[in-house]
Amino acid sequence: MMQQESGTIAAISTAMNPSGIGIVRMSGERSIEIADRVFKSIKGKKLREQKSHTIHYGYIVDGEDTIDEVLVMLMKGPNSFTTEDTVEINCHGGIFVVKKVLDLLIQNGATPAEPGEFTKRAFLNGRLDLSQAEAVSDLISSQNEYALKSSVSQLKGSLKEKIEKIRAEIMYDTAFIESALDDPEHISLDELPEKLAGELDQWLEEITELINSADNGKILKEGVNTVILGKPNAGKSSLLNVMIEEERAIVTDIEGTTRDALEEQINLNGVLLNIIDTAGIRQTDDKIEEIGVSKAKDYANSADLILYVIDASRELDDNDRDIMEMIEGKNTIILLNKSDLNMVLSEEVIKNNYFKDQDIKIIEISAKNNQGIKELEETIKNMFYEGNLAYNDQVYITNTRQKNELSKSKESLLKVKESLEMAMPEDFLTIDLLDAYEHLGQITGEAIGEDLVNEIFRKFCMGK
Amino acid sequence: MKFLENSVWENKDKYDVIVIGGGHAGCEAALASARLGMRTLMFTVSIESIALMPCNPNIGGSSKGHLVREIDALGGQMGKNIDASFIQSKMLNKSKGPAVHSLRAQADKALYTKNMKRVLENQENLEIKQTEVAKLLTKDNKIIGIETISSGKYYCDAVILCTGTYLQAKCVYGEVATNTGPNGLQAANYLTDSLKDLGIKLNRFKTGTPARVDKRSVDFSKLHEEKGDEVVVPFSFSTNPADAQIDQVSCWLTYTNEETHEIIRNNLDRSPLFSGAIEGTGPRYCPSIEDKVVKFADKKRHQVFIEPEGLDTNEMYLAGMSSSLPEDVQYEMYRTVPGLEHAKIVRNAYAIEYDCIDARQLKHSLEFKDIAGLFSGGQFNGSSGYEEAAAQGLMAGINAARKLQGKEAVVLDRSQAYIGVLIDDLVMKESHEPYRMMTSRAEYRLLLRQDNADQRLSEIGYEVGLVSDQEIRRLRDKEKYIAEEVERLEKTHIGNTKEVQEILQKLGSTPLNSGASLKELIRRPELSYESLKDIDKERPEIPDGLAQTVGEQVNINIKYEGYLERQKRQVVQFKKMEKKRIPGDIDYDQVRSLRIEAVQKLKELRPASIGEASRISGVSPADISVLLVYLTGAKHE
Repeated sequence: MMQQESGTIAAISTAMNPSGIGIVRMSGERSIEIADRVFKSIKGKKLREQKSHTIHYGYIVDGEDTIDEVLVMLMKGPNSFTTEDTVEINCHGGIFVVKKVLDLLIQNGATPAEPGEFTKRAFLNGRLDLSQAEAVSDLISSQNEYALKSSVSQLKGSLKEKIEKIRAEIMYDTAFIESALDDPEHISLDELPEKLAGELDQWLEEITELINSADNGKILKEGVNTVILGKPNAGKSSLLNVMIEEERAIVTDIEGTTRDALEEQINLNGVLLNIIDTAGIRQTDDKIEEIGVSKAKDYANSADLILYVIDASRELDDNDRDIMEMIEGKNTIILLNKSDLNMVLSEEVIKNNYFKDQDIKIIEISAKNNQGIKELEETIKNMFYEGNLAYNDQVYITNTRQKNELSKSKESLLKVKESLEMAMPEDFLTIDLLDAYEHLGQITGEAIGEDLVNEIFRKFCMGK
Repeated sequence: MKFLENSVWENKDKYDVIVIGGGHAGCEAALASARLGMRTLMFTVSIESIALMPCNPNIGGSSKGHLVREIDALGGQMGKNIDASFIQSKMLNKSKGPAVHSLRAQADKALYTKNMKRVLENQENLEIKQTEVAKLLTKDNKIIGIETISSGKYYCDAVILCTGTYLQAKCVYGEVATNTGPNGLQAANYLTDSLKDLGIKLNRFKTGTPARVDKRSVDFSKLHEEKGDEVVVPFSFSTNPADAQIDQVSCWLTYTNEETHEIIRNNLDRSPLFSGAIEGTGPRYCPSIEDKVVKFADKKRHQVFIEPEGLDTNEMYLAGMSSSLPEDVQYEMYRTVPGLEHAKIVRNAYAIEYDCIDARQLKHSLEFKDIAGLFSGGQFNGSSGYEEAAAQGLMAGINAARKLQGKEAVVLDRSQAYIGVLIDDLVMKESHEPYRMMTSRAEYRLLLRQDNADQRLSEIGYEVGLVSDQEIRRLRDKEKYIAEEVERLEKTHIGNTKEVQEILQKLGSTPLNSGASLKELIRRPELSYESLKDIDKERPEIPDGLAQTVGEQVNINIKYEGYLERQKRQVVQFKKMEKKRIPGDIDYDQVRSLRIEAVQKLKELRPASIGEASRISGVSPADISVLLVYLTGAKHE
């Protein structure tokens, strides 16, 4: 894909916490024009007619709907951070509103900013001095690596499969058309239009579904990535169940019944928790379980918050010590479970033996009797409001980008449909088919490369 | 035979440019160099084989026709030569969009060679010599001349290697292998070592050709006749279309069948491709018939086109059935094909293996990165096909001449020409097979049409000095008419008068509700510039020679405007990145945060621009950002 240097970019520039105020920033030649499409000034003024470095009060609207009451700051190039025309929208309505505003800007022509892109532009436009070049490079490469990792690894398996299936079908048809163009005397396209029309409807339906599910946050879970860790049968699933108040995880007395990580999203008075229950961690010979265990370790690594459940009715063993290692330096709350049974472990024992001089939160609970759960929830909320916990911004950015790519692939497929209905020659169809293919590839992290040429040779027998 | 070393004989004539090889690349290279005023000497192993077509008897075809048009627009010879030598012509893909229309002509092979040889022999500044070149002479990594097999030294400032498939060539079918070039011609056996001594990395590629059969042994009653177009469009922009309307000969279509495939399957163990006697990598796009049968086992039949090789020969080419099976199997399998039951094979099918280079050692100018004055073009660069070869030969010839004249190299980019796509792919991408042009390789295909090759490239050819004043005047007139007509059609509004409605109805178009511009009407699929002439009262007189082509351009520009504009916008983005130059002396180890893989690839390929760097596999968008930041920093310094 071409590196896009111009174009107008947008991103949320404040941390994703529920403090209420959030800023969406947009930079590039079209930013004022795009802002004018969604911003209704109280006084009916158009931003493009306003002076630089002025603040305007009004509403962000989506057609008839008012999204939020905002202050808009206008900075015309070159007197802005990036030296480009820049618009900053100060929203008041909380995280969901901020996200909605960004979505709206993207629908109106802005592109989600790449990691570090505002800074990169500032630098490339001569705004920062040389000593900052290295810092900018580091930022770009580290954030990109992270974004790449998170976008691919956090994609849910089924979603990835769906996109890959559509991509493979698009590629097949494209290669078929191209091979016929390349070798018109061997390959005929007579039956293509009907077949393609049917497939297009199918793809469009599936992609629309994906876009809708993106709105429901089902592509990547946003929120505080919370992982429940603990030995088998410590009561992890019971805890999760109490928290979500529904029996989804299988709770049994047989160790190791939770083979796969379960994901649930709960909302604690506006704090969004994305909770993952993992297979009980212990040294194991069971192959399936082993996979679950190593996954749990991965989750713990990238978690924003760890809930470590200890069975207080049993002594600690090697497995616990493994977990202690894993959670070192992480935001952790230790839960001493089964306070309804005879407790052999106490808060003091744990603290003195393992977390001396550390500010670690330890709460006694009984998942079974629903005791201590309120305290746990309060603790989490406090951590969040005190700023010790934040949403994973990268996940959010990735989500926005992916939704954007889905929408673009949908647009491209709609263009194919239109061209097909207008009976345009087939070589016009492949232009938009390939665009759709490329946008979908951005989601699964695959570049287009030599895909087409390879597919042509693999699937179609060329002449000569 | 060992060539005489330590010879003392030196040719006293000093040449500017020496071209090694007289195939399609060599001919264009030698002509371009000589026409640009360079004293040029062309070596060939066989003067009878100048511009030889050792494989298929046609010029052009999908995307290859585009290349020929581009060669012509730049002032090359191939288009003119095929116009003087063709015996059938077709515009392929006529029912598709204009971007994939492609000319293909059947050549009279002998006539093609004869015509090209005459042009070369009469070209001022050009000499031809028949002998094998054995060695390149260099000093301080700079070309100073060559040495022949008889140890004659010839001095020059630039060499263009156009050795095609001749280097260490080996022809194979069945159990038979001979060390010859195509058609049993002498191979070039010494040059490879000299290239290796210079540190040039070589690949070994493979290709093949089908048998030729005697026309008298073919039963035409069983074949389907394929005729040429009723109105022939010539390749060259300077050929008068009237001169191209000749009596054409036909090609013939037949099919293989299960019996054919059975024979092939039963004898696969005797094929050198499967037994391992051939090591070279063959092209996927022109597989041998045994390849097709194995890879596409579910196909019940494959097409075979039987094509004449010329007017004065009875040899017929069996397109679609190249093979390296043993002679007895060839007879057996060909004779299962309807129409070929009694076929007499004049020449056996064979596979050929040859040395070529990894073209990533070249700059976009086709000069070697590490050896000043050494250029190369054609199949030697890992491409395949006459047209691909000619295109590179032309560019190598132009750039060798320009280098000696102290001028900047002419490099066409991917948005300007198929030639640009071809060369960029060759010098930037690793290739495991001979490279063939395809329209799907061109990102900006809608803009790179065969019909506008002159508008895209002739000004460049004129600037270089290969396009005549007369040709450029004609182009400028044409462009003026096109621009004026498009503008006029946009401004000309017509009312929904009774006369207009009647004409529209006659043309099968819906009547107008209110007025419309002529441009809007031309957008309708069923209407065109020509069909609206009765409505268009103010249409100016356009000279006969231009009327048809101006009409065609007006139609395309109006009908596909949206798509064309879209690609033009993409080209603007593309050009931006191509314009960001990377200094030749950049030290990638000093660029902080570049990934190791990217550093290795960038060091190896030394891209000249950010655009080129972004096309290298293994260089990510983040690496490009980092590189941009570094370069901006360097500029501040």
